[in-house]
Amino acid sequence: MNAIAKLSRRGFLSVSAVAGAFTLGIRAPMAQGQNIAAAGAATPEVNAWVVIKPDDTVVIRIARSEMGQGTLTGLAQLVAEELDCDWAKVTTEYPTPGQNLARSRVWGDFSTGGSRGIRESNEYVRKGGAAARMMLVQAAATGWNVPVSECKAAASVVTHQPSGRTMRYGQLAEAAAKLTPPTDIPLRNPAEWHLAGKPVPRLDTIAKTNGSQVYGIDLTMPGMLNASIRDCPVFGGKVKSFDAAAALARPGVRKVVQVGDSALAVVAETWWQANSALDALSIVWDEGPNASLSSETIAAMLTEGLGAAEAFIGNKAGDARAALGRAAKTVEAVYNFPFQNHATMEPMNATAIWKADRCEVWCPTQNGEASLAACAEAAGLRPQQCEVHKVHLGGGFGRRGWQDYVRQAVAIAKEMPGTPVKLVWSREEDMLHGRYHPITACKLTAGLDAEGRLEALHMRISGQSIIAGIAPQMLQGGVDSRVFQGLAQGGAEGAFGYGIPNLLIDHAMRNTHVPPGFWRGVNVNQNAVYLECFIDEVALAAGKDPLEFRRAMLRGAPKHLAVLNAVAEKGGWGTPAPAGRHRGLAAIMGYGSYVAACAEVSVAADGEVTVHRIVAATDPGHAVNPQQIAAQIEGSFAYGLTAALHGEITIKGGRVEQENFDTYPMMRLAEMPAVESIVMPSGGFWGGVGEPTIAVAAPAVLNAVFAATGKRVRSLPLKAADLKT
Amino acid sequence: MAKLNVNGRVVEVQAEDDTPLLWVIREQLGMTGTKYGCGVAQCGACTVHLDGVATRSCALPLSAVTEAQKIVTIEGLSPNNDHPLQKAWVALDVPQCGYCQSGMLMAAAALLAENPKPSEADIRGTVTNICRCGTYNRVLAGIQQAAGTNATSPGARG
Ligand code: FES
Ligand code: FES
Repeated sequence: MNAIAKLSRRGFLSVSAVAGAFTLGIRAPMAQGQNIAAAGAATPEVNAWVVIKPDDTVVIRIARSEMGQGTLTGLAQLVAEELDCDWAKVTTEYPTPGQNLARSRVWGDFSTGGSRGIRESNEYVRKGGAAARMMLVQAAATGWNVPVSECKAAASVVTHQPSGRTMRYGQLAEAAAKLTPPTDIPLRNPAEWHLAGKPVPRLDTIAKTNGSQVYGIDLTMPGMLNASIRDCPVFGGKVKSFDAAAALARPGVRKVVQVGDSALAVVAETWWQANSALDALSIVWDEGPNASLSSETIAAMLTEGLGAAEAFIGNKAGDARAALGRAAKTVEAVYNFPFQNHATMEPMNATAIWKADRCEVWCPTQNGEASLAACAEAAGLRPQQCEVHKVHLGGGFGRRGWQDYVRQAVAIAKEMPGTPVKLVWSREEDMLHGRYHPITACKLTAGLDAEGRLEALHMRISGQSIIAGIAPQMLQGGVDSRVFQGLAQGGAEGAFGYGIPNLLIDHAMRNTHVPPGFWRGVNVNQNAVYLECFIDEVALAAGKDPLEFRRAMLRGAPKHLAVLNAVAEKGGWGTPAPAGRHRGLAAIMGYGSYVAACAEVSVAADGEVTVHRIVAATDPGHAVNPQQIAAQIEGSFAYGLTAALHGEITIKGGRVEQENFDTYPMMRLAEMPAVESIVMPSGGFWGGVGEPTIAVAAPAVLNAVFAATGKRVRSLPLKAADLKT
Repeated sequence: MAKLNVNGRVVEVQAEDDTPLLWVIREQLGMTGTKYGCGVAQCGACTVHLDGVATRSCALPLSAVTEAQKIVTIEGLSPNNDHPLQKAWVALDVPQCGYCQSGMLMAAAALLAENPKPSEADIRGTVTNICRCGTYNRVLAGIQQAAGTNATSPGARG
């Protein structure tokens, strides 16, 4: 009750009865996904992944971050599947990045992005569960002095089959923990799964229906102060001058802190006081040379790249240029995809306590290990002197892999040693300082033979590289291979499905001053728009049905073909649509999964587009939780169609023009189409599900809009197009 | 000192007059179920009931609220998590990240209190909150289930 006492001393209301959520003076994350330090530390672990308490509660450790995508539940299912525990007694907790560092990364990679949460860790987490089960069974067999082969585990109970004797996991855990872990750990064939593969409810739902789920923005600690920050709105600009005294004269304000050379933060008793005082600083910026840049200058740079002589090659077959020269018919088009902001519903935030020899951070992050590194760097300490406590994320979408907000929070806390400081960005700060979906344009040229077959395709992508923006040391000979996501030949990041004898896909890298980042779906998003809309254009030029045209080119790509056929059939392709509605198709591979969509839209005389229905198919190889995959597919359409219909970040005077949701509109319930999901795991591989579907949302709808209007929208968002008839 | 009636209790708060009710609830009262999303009445994450009406608390200064007005937050929606909407939300696994869901539930609860059997068009027209994770179809299905009007499954559009 320490926190309440301190709050009262600062003249605040005693809140114990109203809130009732203070534990040990800290409002820590509750329910699922607590940090280890706050939960099962008293009980010895069976292994790094599993702790079993005497009352049979099973605590499963989750290294990846839960940001809504359901990974917490899916990973727990995989561990529990092999553990043979009682699912009703499962809870979860996050190991901390500091613990991972101290234990030689026993939990592997914490990074949560690229739809990798399950597909890249499924094997070792399942082994963690299986090893724990083997140790529990061994402990029982040893206790009974019987062969292990006579014992069987199910629902957290080990049974000695000949005698019928039983022991509960809670009784065995302590003895099991002392055994040497097995090295040969066979895994169950997914065909025999009884818990994984099932649509079990999420573990974290109840706390999200009564306000008790704690996000980073909700943290409170004894003596905590609150900060709000303003970074130079022109990227690359600096603080020139400001009036600290005016801000300090405002109620509750404790300190004004300059963060780096470009940002100022106000620290106050409440966040509202801190944020309000930012205006009183009357900051004058040195906007620097980028102030002359705008969406127009960026567009001109991209246009130049479309025709540039030099470009990096991402995919090549035959001789596309020569084949285009002899084609019976050529088709050419230029497409554009604008900057987008992640706009997570919970703005960026982090809470930090800095002392001369120790720094701790609590934050919603997609990469706890990167947060730890950022914390150490900003704190001027070694990583071993730092710790990061992960908190549930109010959305991530790629934004929270970037650690700028962690660095800022630590830099501010460093100016107030020993005092916890919570930094929360305003929505405006969040809009102006994103890591934006990269801007690109694409010129496509197709050559048809006399029979209308696609003999040659050249895709010239011009624009920004994310890797060049965030980690230039990862470029290979200047090439960012991820620019070709969904278009490359083979590989889990996207295999180009169409058999086209002469193919050239290349990239003229044209980077902007606007910082890029991984935005849910990343480069598959625009690549799918370019490819799948243009394929429709080519089919039209060839006088062929878009489905038949695709099918003929997907003979060598049976998985692409299967999802395409599935949506065509369920979507009613080839049969009349309801009056006034028109259909469009798209299919692609991304993040290891095969996805397709069939959209049904109508366009009113005034040009207003209504998306009525989407049929979507996903083949993720193995489906760990079909219900959550369906939820991800639904959500992907909201995210993808928000971008397609509304989303556009524009630049003027070197800065982002859209400062809040009034100028950066989002799809709402009124616009949301019905989504019919087909989850069709074909087995044998592990694909991601959080992102790939986003890529087919826009092209399926744009193709349907063409079917409805005869107008080909090649520049997003759709709201900018004139579709009046 | 201002007095507020929150979830059936009268509480005293000390904050500047222009402080939005949202921040009074979150920072002075320590009730963090009500969320900040935009601060400009666009997203609905901050929705509370003010005398039963769904209200975006980020756009309402403390000075505009009196002790006579009854404020209900997500924490006060039901005593045991048993509002029909909360039950439907759990049954349909509506939330993803969950950040918008307090506001969604409060907007939906105000709708059902006024219109116990809303049509799909009523729901689409009234619940205008933003969910960046895209839970809209489950929100729709959840409201219909709570209202007993559902013929649809999650993901469907009638
Ligand atoms: S925070 Fe109030 S409407 Fe967005
Ligand atoms: S559930 Fe994440 S914003 Fe709605």
